[in-house]
Amino acid sequence: MSGLRLLAGPDLRSGAEAFADHTRRLGTPSIGGRPLVETLVRSGLGGRGGASFPVGLKWRAVAAAASKGPAVVIVNGAEGEPQSHKDRLLMATRPHLILDGAFLAARTLRAAQVVLYIGEEHKTAWAAMSRALAERPHAERRITRMAGAPNRYVAGESSAAVHLVGAGVATPTTTPPYPRERGVAAVPTLVQNVETLAHIALIARYGDAWYRSVGRRGAAGTVLLTIAGGVKSPGVLEVEAGTTIEETVAAAGGVSEPAAAVLLGGYFGVWLPAAEAWDVPLDGEGLRGRGLALGCGVIGVLPATRCGVCDTARIMRYLAEESSAQCGPCFFGLRALSDACSRLAERGTNRHDIARLQRWAGEVPGRGACKHPDGAVMFLRSALSTFSDQFSSHPAHWRQQPA
Amino acid sequence: MTKGSPRTHGVASEFVGQKSELHMTIDRIKCDGHGLCAELLPELIRLDDWGYPIFAPGPIPERLAPLAQRAVATCPVLALALRRTQVSR
Repeated sequence: MSGLRLLAGPDLRSGAEAFADHTRRLGTPSIGGRPLVETLVRSGLGGRGGASFPVGLKWRAVAAAASKGPAVVIVNGAEGEPQSHKDRLLMATRPHLILDGAFLAARTLRAAQVVLYIGEEHKTAWAAMSRALAERPHAERRITRMAGAPNRYVAGESSAAVHLVGAGVATPTTTPPYPRERGVAAVPTLVQNVETLAHIALIARYGDAWYRSVGRRGAAGTVLLTIAGGVKSPGVLEVEAGTTIEETVAAAGGVSEPAAAVLLGGYFGVWLPAAEAWDVPLDGEGLRGRGLALGCGVIGVLPATRCGVCDTARIMRYLAEESSAQCGPCFFGLRALSDACSRLAERGTNRHDIARLQRWAGEVPGRGACKHPDGAVMFLRSALSTFSDQFSSHPAHWRQQPA
Repeated sequence: MTKGSPRTHGVASEFVGQKSELHMTIDRIKCDGHGLCAELLPELIRLDDWGYPIFAPGPIPERLAPLAQRAVATCPVLALALRRTQVSR
């Protein structure tokens, strides 16, 4: 695994890079304040937590909202997506890139408080970030604290992060108002994914033209991906944006057996038939043009020996259980969708459940405070289309035990 | 020009070249599925299989604005609100 940018430097197996080594290798950021915001706008960098929101625009919004008082910066390392490992790997190996980005944000947005919001079960990452924070100057440590993100899928959603930091409850809240306008203690709050902050740390050293100087097929920069499922060397890779799924899978050692489908973007993503997936370039902008999204950067390869219906039923069960049970259409709707999927998987195809899935999939999206129901239904719809043959002729038993 | 009825809280646009649209907004976390809104405004609101409201797409026709106002006022958990937005032609 040779890192291009974020993962460049010492061997990742040697753990977290110390502050002194980090500073010796990379120097200190040279761009800050207003020019940094404009540099980020020009870079085109999008958020890497899942929504790909343009970073420069988010910083502008927080800066404008914070003109009357101090802001809050939340460093989002919750990484609740079960298959994703890129955020915890980055926290465990390059914590100072993340902290550089966080304190650049704090200085630029005049934040009085920085919160490191890290998944409670990511023990190695938590320890590395904690040690790294202790190495930072007093002025940075003084305004920073750590907060544990519960091991729940929705805990990483930005309003849930704000809710946890402000009130101790990691459930999403109704938006608007968005955290960038009214977040922790009602002050403008920047919630930024750890990978995004690490890119910012480098852009603040080398500029936006440098950021855009790598990338393939018209895309800019690099992305961290987690390659999971039927590949020979699953794990985290940094690739140039615009690299195709086929090239990425090849970099992970290639498929371990013939593939049937690819799950792009994790449980909030979409299934693509393998034949259609290979040529897809991995780049936020390019994917949006195809109605797809990079999400949290998980590429899951489904071997042809596994059953797409059973895997879909298992993931729908998980997503239904991970509803924070605040909004009826999400809590009851995802449960009903999941039950129908399980019936199809366990007892075999029946047209009534297929019809229910299609009707509910049309009714549930857009009717929650957060995007959890929307993501779950988008995932299900892609399964109904990618595995349409299997859904219409599924035998009456689980073909595989849960993995 | 506005086609607003004078009974709709008097915020219909007076500005030439602009018209306003009335939309219903809902706080999904507050909503507990009591279903009174669908009883009062079946023209625009139906309930899903679990009793939670589904709104017809688009703005609320002005002739239904008084009923919409009543649905908002009747919601037991105050989950509904009306919002009037200016739409430039």
